[in-house]
Amino acid sequence: MGTPTQITDAPPPAPQPAVDKRAVRGATRPGDRIFLGLSRGSGILLLVIMAAIAVFLTYRASLAISKDQGNFLTTFQWDTNLVPPNFGIAVLAFGTVVSSIVAMVIAVPVAVAIALFLTHYAPRRLRGPIAYVIDLLAAVPSIVYGLWGALVLVPHMNGLFGWLNDYLGWTGIFSWEGGAPRSMLTVGILLAIMILPIITNVSREVFRQVPQMHEEAALALGATRWEVIRMAVIPFGRSGVISASMLGLGRALGETMAVATVLSPTFDIQASLLDPGGGTFAQNIASKFGEATEFGRDALIASGLVLFVITLLVNGAARAIIARRKEYSGANA
Amino acid sequence: MKLQRMNRRALALGALAVSGALALTACGSDDTGGNSNGGDSSNAAAPSNVKCDDAKGQLLADGSSAQKNAIDAWVKQFTSACQGVQINYKGGGSGAGVTAFTQGQVAFAGSDSALKPDEVTASKKVCTGGQGIDLPMVGGPIAVGYNVSGVDNLVLDAPTLAKIFNNKITNWNDPAIKKLNPDAKLPDLKIQAFHRSDDSGTTDNFTKYLIATSKSDWPYDGGKTWQAKGGQSASGSSGVAQQVKQTNGAIGYFELSYAKDGLKTVDLDTGAAQPVKATVENATKAISEAKVVGTGKDLSLELNYGTKAEGAYPMVLVTYEIVCDKGNKSDTLPGTKAFLRYIASEDGQKILSENDYAPIPADIISQVRTTIEGLS
Repeated sequence: MGTPTQITDAPPPAPQPAVDKRAVRGATRPGDRIFLGLSRGSGILLLVIMAAIAVFLTYRASLAISKDQGNFLTTFQWDTNLVPPNFGIAVLAFGTVVSSIVAMVIAVPVAVAIALFLTHYAPRRLRGPIAYVIDLLAAVPSIVYGLWGALVLVPHMNGLFGWLNDYLGWTGIFSWEGGAPRSMLTVGILLAIMILPIITNVSREVFRQVPQMHEEAALALGATRWEVIRMAVIPFGRSGVISASMLGLGRALGETMAVATVLSPTFDIQASLLDPGGGTFAQNIASKFGEATEFGRDALIASGLVLFVITLLVNGAARAIIARRKEYSGANA
Repeated sequence: MKLQRMNRRALALGALAVSGALALTACGSDDTGGNSNGGDSSNAAAPSNVKCDDAKGQLLADGSSAQKNAIDAWVKQFTSACQGVQINYKGGGSGAGVTAFTQGQVAFAGSDSALKPDEVTASKKVCTGGQGIDLPMVGGPIAVGYNVSGVDNLVLDAPTLAKIFNNKITNWNDPAIKKLNPDAKLPDLKIQAFHRSDDSGTTDNFTKYLIATSKSDWPYDGGKTWQAKGGQSASGSSGVAQQVKQTNGAIGYFELSYAKDGLKTVDLDTGAAQPVKATVENATKAISEAKVVGTGKDLSLELNYGTKAEGAYPMVLVTYEIVCDKGNKSDTLPGTKAFLRYIASEDGQKILSENDYAPIPADIISQVRTTIEGLS
C-alpha cells in the first residue's frame, strides 16, 4: 500500500527549486517574464475562448428562438422546416437527463467497487492487467461503442426487457410493449460502460491516497477489511468519487454518436425506460445537422446552448458539493 | 490471456465495422466499372461517348445523399475518360448542398427538392445576371420494406400505409390488411413501423405521397422532418433497412437500392388493375406522368402521385442538380457543362438503372439536355 503513495509523491520536488529561486532572487529575469506572460496569456485565452463560445451560441440561438412558433422550452416537436418553425427542447432535456441518470446509477457503484477491489482486495499481480483493461475501455472510440451497441447489445436486450416487464412492469417505468429494445435503458447501459473507466480510474487514484495511518488505526481497533473501507477509505475518498462521477456525467450528457446509433429517437416523453423513444441534445444535433438549413442550424445551436448551460450547472453543483466536503476530508487527512 | 482475448475481440469488432462500411459504400459504384468509355472517346459523333471539351481542374459539388451513389458511378466513368478533371461530390445532404451553392462554394449542388423562392433570390448573388435552376437528373423509387415471417407477398394501398405509419393500424392481422391480401397468412403480430430519425428528402417524398393520396389518414403538413407521433426510428436509409431486417413485424421506407439481402418490399395497390412492384422501370413510368412546373430554364417537376396508370409506381423521389443558368464561374463552367451533358446522356442515364435508380423519362431528359447546352 505504501509504495504507490510514494510514487505519486515523488515528482513534486522538481518544481520546488524554481519556487525557491524566485523567492530568494526576487528580481525578474527575461525567462521569468516570458513564463509569466505565457501562463497569464494561457489563462486569459481560456476565458476568451469560453466567452467567445457563449457569445456565439447565444447570438445564433437568439436568431432561431425569436422565430420559434412554439414554446422553446415546452414544445414536443422539432420541425425547423415548417413555415412558422415549431421546435422545443422538452423531449431532449428529459432524454438527456434520464439517460445520464440511468448511466450514473449503473456505473458509479460498479466503478467504486472496481476501484476498491483494485486498491484493497486484488492480488498484486492482477492489479496492473485489470487497470490496463479498464484503460482500454476508455480508448475505444464512441462510434465503435455505437456499432457494438446497435449490432450486439440491442439484440441481446430482449431477454432482460421481457424479464423486467414481467416482474416490474407494474411500476410503469419498466413496462414494455415489445418494440425493438433501442430505448433509454439500453442507451443508459451503453453510456454506463463508456463512463466506467473515467470514474474507476479517478476513484482508484483517490483510494490510493488514503493515509495509511488511518487504515492501520482502524485495523488496530479490530476492524475487518470491510470496516476499514467503510470507516477510513470511503469517508476520505467521498469528495474524490463525487468529482470522478461528475467527470463521467459530463461525458454521458454530451455523448453523441453512440446514442445516435443505438436510440430510436421520437419526439415524445414516456415514463417507460424500455419502450423505444425520446432523444438527447447531442443525438438530435447529429441526426438533424446534415439536412438542416441555415435556420435549422441556428435552432440546433440553441439546443446546444441549453446543453452548455446544463453542463455548467452540473459542474457548478459538483464543485459546491466538493467544497462543502473539503473541510471534512481535510480534517481527516 | 484475458488481455489477448480482449484485443482479439476488439480486432474482430473493428474488422466487422470496416467490412460493414465497405458493404454499404460498395452498393452503388462498383458494378459499373466494366463498360468504361475511356478507349473510344475520339469518336465524337456517337452520342454514347463522353465529350470532355476543354474541361479540366477540380469541380466541387455537395448535396443530396440520396443521389450520392449515382454521382459516384458517373464520376468514375467521366473521370476515366476526362483525365484532367477531378470531381468531388460530398453527400452532405440537400440542405448543406443548397447552402454551399448559394454561398458560391460549389459548382453545382444536388438536392431532393427544388429551390424555394428565397433560395432562388439568394442564388442571384452568386449567378451574375442569372439564377439557380433545377435540372431533374435522378429518379428513385422509395420502397416500403417489411419483415413478417411467413408473408412473402404483401399488397398495401395508400390509406392503409398512412394508417400503419400513423399508428392507427397496429397489428398485422388487421382487417384492412387482410382485405388487400386475401391469400396471405397474416400473423397476430404487432406492427413496428420505422421512420427516419434524421431529416430527409426520402421522408419528404414518402409523406408527400401519403398527403396527395390519403389526406384524411395522414393529417400532417409534410416536410423533411417526420411529423407523426410514436413509431420507431433509425438514422439513414441504411439504418431503417437494417432495423427492418432484424425485427420481426417491422415495416419501413427507404430508397430501393437498400432493399437487398432478402428484404421484401410492398407492392402498391394504386387503383390500377394489378398491384405495382417497386422497380426502376415502374418508377420511370410514374415520373413520365409528372408535369414540368419550373418557369424559364428551371425544370422542377410536379409528380402525379395519384396516378392509376398500369405499372406506374408513384412513390418516387426525383433529385435535381442545381446550377446557375447564367453567370457560372468561368473556371468551372466547361467542366460542369461536360459532366452534366454526360450524366443527361443516354449512357449516363443507363448507368442509373444498373444502380437501382430510375432514369428520367425521355421527353423530360431531352429538355434537360437543351438547357445544359444553353448554360453560360
